[in-house]
Amino acid sequence: MITIVDYGLGNISAFLNVYRRLNVEARTAKTAQELEGAEKVILPGVGSFDHAMEQLQRSGMRDKLDDLVLNQRVPILGVCVGMQMLARSSDEGTSPGLGWVAGAVRGLGALMTTPKLPLPHMGWNDVRVVSRDGLFDQLDTDARFYFLHSFYFECDRVDDAAALASYGREFACAVHAGNIYGVQFHPEKSHHWGTRLLHNFANL
Amino acid sequence: MLRPRISPCLLVHKGGLVKTKQFASPTYVGDPINAVKIFNEKEADELIVLDIDASRDRVEPNVRLIAQFAVECRMPLCYGGGVKTVDHAKRIIGLGVEKVAISSAAMENPQLISDIAQAVGSQSVVVVLDVKQAGKGYEVHTYNGTRNTRKQAAEVAVEIERRGAGEIVVNSIDRDGMMKGYDLPLATLIRSATRLPMTVLGGAGSLADIGALVGACGVIGASAGSLFVFKGAYRAVLINYPSQAQKDEIVRFALQPAADRAVN
Repeated sequence: MITIVDYGLGNISAFLNVYRRLNVEARTAKTAQELEGAEKVILPGVGSFDHAMEQLQRSGMRDKLDDLVLNQRVPILGVCVGMQMLARSSDEGTSPGLGWVAGAVRGLGALMTTPKLPLPHMGWNDVRVVSRDGLFDQLDTDARFYFLHSFYFECDRVDDAAALASYGREFACAVHAGNIYGVQFHPEKSHHWGTRLLHNFANL
Repeated sequence: MLRPRISPCLLVHKGGLVKTKQFASPTYVGDPINAVKIFNEKEADELIVLDIDASRDRVEPNVRLIAQFAVECRMPLCYGGGVKTVDHAKRIIGLGVEKVAISSAAMENPQLISDIAQAVGSQSVVVVLDVKQAGKGYEVHTYNGTRNTRKQAAEVAVEIERRGAGEIVVNSIDRDGMMKGYDLPLATLIRSATRLPMTVLGGAGSLADIGALVGACGVIGASAGSLFVFKGAYRAVLINYPSQAQKDEIVRFALQPAADRAVN
């Protein structure tokens, strides 16, 4: 059973649709009570970092999520801004992040040397898997995913980067630390590659 | 490597899927939701859906129809038509649409671009420019090409970027439905005016036309209507889309250095 955190951001129905096609049970949680007993959690997110953090705080689910992830070690997958929220902070705003994976969110523009590439980084990009952690099972050759973002996760520890993508230079497009996973791209909109990744998450 | 995006553009008129020529004479080509299902199977890069009635008829975005698209669509979706307020944009994004397109309203009130970007994030704000050649330049038109703003497309593109849009779609009214190729001078003109991700629409009649666009502009969005809904000289209705291998081939050829291309 997959529990998708519904705090008003992200394409919840797209995740539910993928899992329906995969015949994997999935539900949404809008309150701390509905998070109770979650076995696997997806934290989606779109828009700005501060807005996402505020919305999550306001949802009343923050403490329960901390308990599930940090004490009960429930696997969690942060997606897009949901991945960025795993960091301690973001250059996009002033709100502190969840601080579950050591790192900070930086602007992609600052990475670029000339020529300046278009921003946001938007479209289908290749992903280079660097850690064999199950999430990318059968995705280590020829996998491509849909990206839509202007900020990226800068890991403190190189080992926490699970996959890299290149836009101007390489950056961590997936992180993994213990039971905590994050992907910068949108698996829910990445056709069979994304479906495979969400299937892998369900099977971890 | 980031790849060029090849995106079908679906026009919705009176609830049906239509294709126009130079923004006129809409031909009914089928059920839009059915088309979405076919593009899911073909794993299209993205989908653009434009309701061509909403702005002209001054009606609100059709929330029920958009919700249906969002549920069916398994690829990133951009929706446009009748979006006039921040609230419209928020509601559409809330339905599970990745990007919301604005056009006429953004030309009348450019501040709307910033306001929507503030509410849903820049990455989800697409501005569509309907342009027509005028002498040596290109002028932006609104309300399905019925009104000329007399503003130069390249100048408007700069303004759109400054206002915080996340993407620009350049739609050639002259080339719409003609299937004779993109307006490459227009594409390169706007490409050099802005650093925003960009998509070009209007004129594609073959995969080679897409290759020519990518060759001229590099990694860019290539959108098309007729190419993906018609087949053959008699414009028989047949939803189609290139395979992964065909797409890779177009891109590989178009992006290789010009010297290598000449030898091949």
